[in-house]
Amino acid sequence: MRRLMRQLLAGPYLVWIAGFIILPVGVILYYAFTTADGAFTFAHIAAIADPVHVKSILLSLKLGLSCTVVCLLLAYPLAMILSSFRFRHQSFVVFLFILPMWMNFMLRILSWRLILANSGIINALLVRLGFGPVKLLNTPATVVFGMVYDFLPFMILPIYNSMTRIKDDIIEAARDLGAGNLTILAKIIFPLTVSGIISGIIMVFVPALTSFVISDLLGGGKVLLIGNVIEQEFMQGTNWNLGSGLSVVLMIFVIASMAVMNIFDKDGGGAAVW
Amino acid sequence: MVKKTVSGLYLAVIFLFLYLPILVLIVLSFNDSKSRVVWGGFTLRWYSSCFQDETIMNALIMTLQITLAAAVISTVIGTLAAIGISAMKRRNRAIMLGATNIPLLNADIVTGISLMLLFVKFTNLGFVTVLIAHITFDIPYVILNVLPKISQANRYTYEAALDLGASPLRAFYKITWPEIKSGVFSGFLMAVTMSLDDFSITFFTKGAGVNTLSTMLYTELRKGIRPELYALSTLLFLLAFFLLLLMNYRSDRQVRQHAGHHPDRASA
Repeated sequence: MRRLMRQLLAGPYLVWIAGFIILPVGVILYYAFTTADGAFTFAHIAAIADPVHVKSILLSLKLGLSCTVVCLLLAYPLAMILSSFRFRHQSFVVFLFILPMWMNFMLRILSWRLILANSGIINALLVRLGFGPVKLLNTPATVVFGMVYDFLPFMILPIYNSMTRIKDDIIEAARDLGAGNLTILAKIIFPLTVSGIISGIIMVFVPALTSFVISDLLGGGKVLLIGNVIEQEFMQGTNWNLGSGLSVVLMIFVIASMAVMNIFDKDGGGAAVW
Repeated sequence: MVKKTVSGLYLAVIFLFLYLPILVLIVLSFNDSKSRVVWGGFTLRWYSSCFQDETIMNALIMTLQITLAAAVISTVIGTLAAIGISAMKRRNRAIMLGATNIPLLNADIVTGISLMLLFVKFTNLGFVTVLIAHITFDIPYVILNVLPKISQANRYTYEAALDLGASPLRAFYKITWPEIKSGVFSGFLMAVTMSLDDFSITFFTKGAGVNTLSTMLYTELRKGIRPELYALSTLLFLLAFFLLLLMNYRSDRQVRQHAGHHPDRASA
């Protein structure tokens, strides 16, 4: 009886799930599989095969993967260095990485535009040094740069968390048994941080794959990711059915990438970010 | 020794990378020249014009209203839900947690669009639709923060309190609340963080005339940048700095109270 009463407390949330989590997914599926007149169609899902859309999804995958790889390469050594410093307050380290995230990301991207623009700070320095102005904005590389900037903390924190959980005794035992630094890294530290790496990869790859704002602001409309194509279908064009179809395809890509990552995650748990 | 220098240098480069844009904005906010590369002397005029700018102030107020309202409502619904879920049988619990994961794992753009498609069928887009959307993606963070605290708590003490004649409300306040308090608090903060910084979902569910800071900036950025925005950034950075410092201080104190001897095992 008491148990039932307690379960009832989840009632409001159950209503919320039905109304604002399940129902919207149903609505977007409905739009994706119907024409403007309401007739059933596969055309909007198949529209992903359109050369323009293929190009944008391949570009999204390419930039998303590059961003993830760069983040991983930057974050892993960083996490090792951070965990080797014995800070009295570990939360202070996390503080330093979360602080930029609390400032509106739009403002931080704005600042990169100021720094990288043709008449910006870096080019002003370059001109003074005698190198002509270099075009730094509006290229795919700049978009990856912006993504790395925005998502790097999401890679650092889970890896750092899983690294601080490794007990010193294990590493000392390995050293006593004659293992060198490389062996310790390959046989002990790396396997014990796999779940952190996987959380990091998911937390960076999914937003990078689906982002449309960074490519818009740093790519100057020249870098069309799948997110930009979908956004335009809704905000500029009026073909909501096509936009929904492409969104469903994007959803499938996200689910697929997570399924792939789950294969590698043997611990199952994954490291929480906070 | 060399290793230490290299490590230090690497740390410095990464921190420069993360903080350089913020530093640039702060410096420019005091620059008495509209140029981005010429220093025209120190001024505070962008700060005063920032406070007189209606677009910026309206967006700021709207952001605070939505963030606070969404965080409070989602904390209440989420905490109740976590208590309910913890009392459920295994299968129902799995279903509830599965549904909770959908907004967490789905791409923001897809969540935003699907909510918009639902809203336009029944109502006009506006403040309320943005609020509902924010609550929807905030609740999962509250649940994920509160649920572990409930599982850690000893449920028999609550039952014992009831058996000894305490009303459920009194038993909750005296027994359960102290055990889950910290989880509820961190869930609330996560909700604030997510709401404050959200762009994509707000962008799709907002109507004309409703602008949070993120969506206002997005429009402004396409038109060109005004120096008032530098002043705004500096103020937001300072606010974030002090809020986080306060939280840090608070959680450090908590950790010390709980685990006196191991201050360096402070959980993040």
